[in-house]
Amino acid sequence: MSVLIIIDKADGQIKKSSLEALTYGADVAKQLNTTAAALVLGTCTDDLSTLGKYGVGKVYQVVEDSLNNLDAQVYAQVIASVTNQVGANVLIFSHNQTGKSVAARVAANLKAGIVTGACALPDVSNGFVVKKTVFSGKAFANVNINSACKVISLNPNSYKTVATEGSAIIETLNVSVPTAKVKVTGINKVSGEVPLTEAEIVVSGGRGLKGPENWGIILDLAHVLGAATACSRPVGDAHWRPHHEHVGQTGIQIAPNLYIAVGISGAIQHLAGVNRSKVIVVINKDAEAPFFKAADYGIVGDAFEVLPKLTAEIKKLKGIA
Amino acid sequence: MKILVCVSVTPDTTSKIAFKDGNSKFDDAGVQWIINPYDEWYSLVRAIELKEKDASISIHLVTVGNKEAEAVIRKALALGGDEATRINAESNDSYFIAAQIADIANKGAYDLVFTGKETIDYNGSSIGGMVAELMNAPYISLATKFELNGNIATVTREIEGGEEINEVVLPLVVSCQKGIAEQRIPNMRGIMAARTKTLHVVEPIVIDALTNVVNYEMPPAKAGVKLVDADNVAELVRLLHEEAKAI
Ligand SMILES: Cc1cc2nc3c(=O)[nH]c(=O)nc-3n(C[C@H](O)[C@H](O)[C@H](O)COP(=O)(O)OP(=O)(O)OC[C@H]3O[C@@H](n4cnc5c(N)ncnc54)[C@H](O)[C@@H]3O)c2cc1C
Ligand SMILES: Nc1ncnc2c1ncn2[C@@H]1O[C@H](COP(=O)(O)O)[C@@H](O)[C@H]1O
Repeated sequence: MSVLIIIDKADGQIKKSSLEALTYGADVAKQLNTTAAALVLGTCTDDLSTLGKYGVGKVYQVVEDSLNNLDAQVYAQVIASVTNQVGANVLIFSHNQTGKSVAARVAANLKAGIVTGACALPDVSNGFVVKKTVFSGKAFANVNINSACKVISLNPNSYKTVATEGSAIIETLNVSVPTAKVKVTGINKVSGEVPLTEAEIVVSGGRGLKGPENWGIILDLAHVLGAATACSRPVGDAHWRPHHEHVGQTGIQIAPNLYIAVGISGAIQHLAGVNRSKVIVVINKDAEAPFFKAADYGIVGDAFEVLPKLTAEIKKLKGIA
Repeated sequence: MKILVCVSVTPDTTSKIAFKDGNSKFDDAGVQWIINPYDEWYSLVRAIELKEKDASISIHLVTVGNKEAEAVIRKALALGGDEATRINAESNDSYFIAAQIADIANKGAYDLVFTGKETIDYNGSSIGGMVAELMNAPYISLATKFELNGNIATVTREIEGGEEINEVVLPLVVSCQKGIAEQRIPNMRGIMAARTKTLHVVEPIVIDALTNVVNYEMPPAKAGVKLVDADNVAELVRLLHEEAKAI
């Protein structure tokens, strides 16, 4: 009986959301009085022994070049084999794109109950109850997992990583890797951008900005804050901004530390994607905009006047000329 | 070529979210039920587009739900699709639902199964992957583009900070999201045609649920907004830095 955390990488490097999953998994192991280990598939440029800092004693690795591409079917089989081989009975994923492809498949393979979008440690006082977001962030459900083997995927940005001292032992496992049926024929990455789901700060624009030509003030503010950019649905629909920036009930759901909404009215479907943000700032020229009800801080004013000032003030704070 | 489109029924996006019976059940008083937007706008419409290009394609809708789901399924049939099956059960457990759908998919030897990216009520993002595992078929999640050439699918899927293009031979399970198709509105002809389309009702296969919802909670209420004067932007920066410690 042990906890196994499945590590996700981008360009060979471990993602921040996986470090959150590691800390979370190590804490679950403590609750259950058992050990936690990590699993890395494919090649990784990071020094894996440093994962020990997040509370895992061991890092299992299946080194096989074909695993550098994600085929959910192959991943599920390999992860299920490793689970059986090392005797793990709680699996932790990050609820990011990779987790959404793989975690449920693994669960079906192992006949394990799964809770996706978890946002707190399980309550193990009576069963194994995991809190998850439902209704696109408008509520939470406490879900009990009845099966012996359990799978959890953790919402990004909902558990704080804690790094202490420690070094993990690396063990390479011999697992047969099936041939992938899915062939990757191309990858288009917007380089240099902060991925929206991992961003600490997000600056978001709505129809109040009037047109794509006005996005400079959003990008400037995002730039000084090291923030990712997002938009409301009509902005994505009108192709003012790329589809993948659309947040909300039918877009991406995010939970950054700080969400700055500019010229967005705050429709219920928009709020559903962003209301788990820790701090919300709303800038809108209409004092009656519903978004102010969901905000922590607000300015009633014209975005075209307020934003350049805000960018300038933040530059001052950060000592940027 | 046979396509199975999974359709779930969810509360309308503007529904007030509240719970009853000691927070153990969703309070559906006054709630309007809709087709889960990801199923309606994206996966169903893409399936219909494929059929419009190739009339030999048949589209079959499947839902796991109670009798009330039927009105919503008729609406889905009005958009397109040849027939529908309702599996007569209600569950929140992803494995239970997926096993029901996989049973239909396996028996019917479907070439392609479409699901939505997630349901907007339970937010599982799980059914597609599970169905694929139970069919022993490849799975591509979060698809934003889907093209078919004979029995080879070219699918673009979302990855962190970009997209990846995949090629795979059918059978295949795909979860669909924005980009894959544009929302459509059913027309009168479709609505009339839907009335006469077959809606099978079958009983579920015996599957033990692996999870159960104990109860629900609402998020803690916000303390209320602190407004800063538009002429005093520096004060907002100070608050964000010193009070909220967000920058
Ligand atoms: C089923 C369904 C799903 C949906 N899913 C989503 C979703 O996922 N995400 C989403 O965002 N929407 C979604 N919507 C749409 C949603 O209902 C709203 O229509 C949308 O969020 C509005 O976008 P907006 O705030 O940018 O535009 P508007 O509602 O037009 O608001 C523009 C705001 O800008 C302000 N403004 C104007 N000029 C200025 C200025 N110079 N300075 C400052 N402020 C200014 C105005 O006061 C106004 O509040 C969905 C709708 C439905 C029916
Ligand atoms: N009860 C259901 N009946 C049919 N399809 C469903 C059901 N629940 C979920 N699905 C499908 O699976 C997708 C993902 O759902 P979920 O994993 O619950 O987020 C949905 O968009 C539907 O396509």
